[in-house]
Amino acid sequence: MSDVEKANGTASELPRELLDSVVIRFAGDSGDGMQLTGMQFTTATALMGNDLATFPDFPAEIRAPAGTTYGVSGFQIHFADHDILTPGDAPDVLVAMNPAALKVNLPELKRGGLLVVNTGAFTKGNLKKAGYDTNPLEDGSTDPYRLLDLDISKLSLNAVAELGLGAKDAGRTKNMWTLGLMFWLFGRDRQSTVDWLEKKFAKKPDIAQANILALNAGHIYGESAEMPSGIGVYQVPKAELEPGEYRNIDGNQALAWGLATGGKLASLPVFYGSYPITPASSLLHNLAKLKHLGVTTFQAEDEIAAVCAAIGASFGGAVGVTGTSGPGVALKGEAIGLAIATELPLIVCDVQRGGPSTGLPTKTEQSDLFQAVWGRNGDAPLIVLAAATPGDCFHMAIEAVRLSTKYMTPVVLLTDGYIANGAEPWKLPDLDAIAPFPVHFHTDTEGFFPFQRDPETLARVWAKPGTPGLQHRIGGLEKNQHSGHISYDPDNHHAMVKLRAQKVANVAKDVPEATLELGEAGGDVLVVGWGSTYGSIRQAVQHTMKKGAKVAHLHLRNIWPLPRGLEDLMKSFDKVIIAELNDGQLLKLLRAELLTDAIGHQKIAGQPFRVSELVEMIETHLPGGSDARPSAVA
Amino acid sequence: MTENAPLTKKDFSSDQEVRWCPGCGDYAILAAVQRTLPKVGATLENTVFISGIGCSSRFPYYMNTYGFHTIHGRAPAFATGLKVVRPDLDVWVISGDGDSLSIGGNHMLHVLRRNVNLQYLLFNNQIYGLTKGQYSPTSDVGQISPSSPYGSIDQPVTPVRIALGAGARFVARGYDVSKQLPDVLEAAHRFQGASFVEILQNCPVFNDGVFDLITDRKKGPQHQLWLEHGQPMTFGKNGEMGVRLNPQTLSAEIVTLGENGITEADLLVHDETNRNIAWLIADLPDVKALGVLYREDGPVYDESVRQQVQMAEERAKGADLKSLLREGHTWTVS
Ligand code: SF4
Repeated sequence: MSDVEKANGTASELPRELLDSVVIRFAGDSGDGMQLTGMQFTTATALMGNDLATFPDFPAEIRAPAGTTYGVSGFQIHFADHDILTPGDAPDVLVAMNPAALKVNLPELKRGGLLVVNTGAFTKGNLKKAGYDTNPLEDGSTDPYRLLDLDISKLSLNAVAELGLGAKDAGRTKNMWTLGLMFWLFGRDRQSTVDWLEKKFAKKPDIAQANILALNAGHIYGESAEMPSGIGVYQVPKAELEPGEYRNIDGNQALAWGLATGGKLASLPVFYGSYPITPASSLLHNLAKLKHLGVTTFQAEDEIAAVCAAIGASFGGAVGVTGTSGPGVALKGEAIGLAIATELPLIVCDVQRGGPSTGLPTKTEQSDLFQAVWGRNGDAPLIVLAAATPGDCFHMAIEAVRLSTKYMTPVVLLTDGYIANGAEPWKLPDLDAIAPFPVHFHTDTEGFFPFQRDPETLARVWAKPGTPGLQHRIGGLEKNQHSGHISYDPDNHHAMVKLRAQKVANVAKDVPEATLELGEAGGDVLVVGWGSTYGSIRQAVQHTMKKGAKVAHLHLRNIWPLPRGLEDLMKSFDKVIIAELNDGQLLKLLRAELLTDAIGHQKIAGQPFRVSELVEMIETHLPGGSDARPSAVA
Repeated sequence: MTENAPLTKKDFSSDQEVRWCPGCGDYAILAAVQRTLPKVGATLENTVFISGIGCSSRFPYYMNTYGFHTIHGRAPAFATGLKVVRPDLDVWVISGDGDSLSIGGNHMLHVLRRNVNLQYLLFNNQIYGLTKGQYSPTSDVGQISPSSPYGSIDQPVTPVRIALGAGARFVARGYDVSKQLPDVLEAAHRFQGASFVEILQNCPVFNDGVFDLITDRKKGPQHQLWLEHGQPMTFGKNGEMGVRLNPQTLSAEIVTLGENGITEADLLVHDETNRNIAWLIADLPDVKALGVLYREDGPVYDESVRQQVQMAEERAKGADLKSLLREGHTWTVS
């Protein structure tokens, strides 16, 4: 019997209080390893069979000055015995590794919540850096909470003392000590973390051993030390998830795998050109590992080269993909226009972040909608899709490949930092059940010209270099709609602009009609959302529905062209609220396109919606609420 | 035409009317390329011309091959993407001094240092032609132009030095109406990797005669240093001029044989594989080194990409998408 098994055996003998869901936030200095701690807790939790959602929140600086409030890094996990869609609002448990982490996060901890604090970091200097005049652990600030204050710095040092490590390495084990304690509190198995540590530090066995010692010590501390009253151990039973095989997945990973799968379904190699940018870089990292699955990655010299190389690859008969965030999309604009003009497939993944300019690189936002739909010179329409959840990125990536190759046009696929980094348990899709859409290159020389079109989709033929007899030249200059030769003819330009628009508009016939996620048509309030706000809006609507309100939720995955049936659905409601994390971009688009009298609800804080704030907002719009529409005059 | 009939210059000419100004040096370059392709065994369908923006960048439209007229300065990036997925294609990048050295400087740098297997032709006319005559990054100081009415104050760059500095492994120079241009192009084509060729090109409309000193039939030979690997560097009508290394200044200097007791034994011997020599002769006063300045084989980018894919496939031992989805921790809910 290993140490771990023994320890688990003891812990399981304690009576555990049953909870249906818990929100834990790990917070510390950006050098404290809070993201790793959170991710390890996530893996162990998924293996326990809970449903979960996570929200990493870290500073833009890799190592912001230690001890400061702007250097605080946080990781929130929400796990439950039922289906959940968001990483939760206010945490039930806060782990604060230093005064700055406490300062930033304490206001959000639920009253009566469990507060775990590393007193070892509460030095005069650190208190001052965090902006505390007095020690909050002594001045009554923590009275509303159940406080578990431990000198974790010292406890972890003691735990690894026998290894004789340097102070720096030994000091770094405090996150694993804390994780061990949290594993004990919530009855998680340590084995997945032990496995991970052994793999990660395979070349530094003493570091691996130190971390495992600290992890076990934290756990043993929980088992053996007397806990303050009100602090016990908990159990969150397994969630009733749909039967099947599951794994944890974050949005960028799902997106990468979806692109690879899309390539296979199209029978084409995938080329991914990218320049590192937060929060899209891990998309490049994930794809770079898929060389054996028909994916070639190219770390370009800049954003422009990345998209141009992708277009060059499409010209050669591959699926050209580029990925970036908002600033990168701005740089790629001219090249995307070229792909529109030359009618080549191209997928642009925009993992949105706060803007404008460099903005908030590590914070989430949905403010690239205008840029995606309209952000190019000339009348330059393309397809815009938006993924709703981390797992949905997989399916939307496949859809992007399908539409881009079928309609010979660029597709912008919008995700954002929140779903790119957030993880959720994901039921593995049945790959055999997804219908393939193999691309057929044009080879017929009879009457060939490069802008020959499919009469139904209006997509032009794809004749790739190397095909005998189909030599042709394409480029960004306007082309004659028939011959494909350069043309400055006024009527031809008018016709080509209309043709490109019609081709993209035709996509609406090929994608699902607008439907309600929740609720019924003809109700009082419809909440419309897109992208990563799916989970919060759905939960908020569910909540108000339970109270008897006639509310509904509509979620857009097709931003451009808009899905069929949207207008009728929206018009059937008394009030339509467009909720989004920007200054009203979808709102303006829908008002312009559908002449709809919709109302906007915006949050532009670099943070996702909280379910509670959406519930409050919806309630004000319901009949009898403060923002309710005055009843019609008889 | 039977399938095996050898291709001719005419086969490589498209049906499009060539629209450069009368007398433009681009015509001669077009003819030289069209003459070179049949010689090197190129096929119509496997040849691709990729250009950026500028007068020179209209080039692909006049070739009966595949062609892509892209956006300003970015042709090397398009070509890289294409070569990575289609190493079977024979790719030529056509660019100008503005396209390559101003707006596209970054991409030229990277395509050369990566050593992507393609030919890079830089038409240098020391002016912006298409936008009507502004000074370019290769214009001389003092160049009067619409955007420099008092003369350009920008220091010009030397394209072949930029290429050498970027790590290019094939660097050559020729000029539009030169009889030897097809030979230079052929050598560029033969090289495996990024072959950079600067072609001095006369723009009779906005910068007429800027290379007269070099290209003039009569005076030219006094200013053309045609390079031959392993041969002492001599030039002039009767080979009476030469290039010598000044050991004090570590620079190349022009000398006259027979003067001050200088003999052929004192001259620099051209060694194509020596980057330092290429650098020394890249910017001689009033003399242009022509032909292959530098040539040294090295790892070819698209080849390395393929090798990595092969290695990954071997290591993956048949892993497919289904096994990818199951990588790491998975669990079953029943
Ligand atoms: S402007 Fe100059 S470079 Fe351009 S086509 Fe005319 S002559 Fe040639």
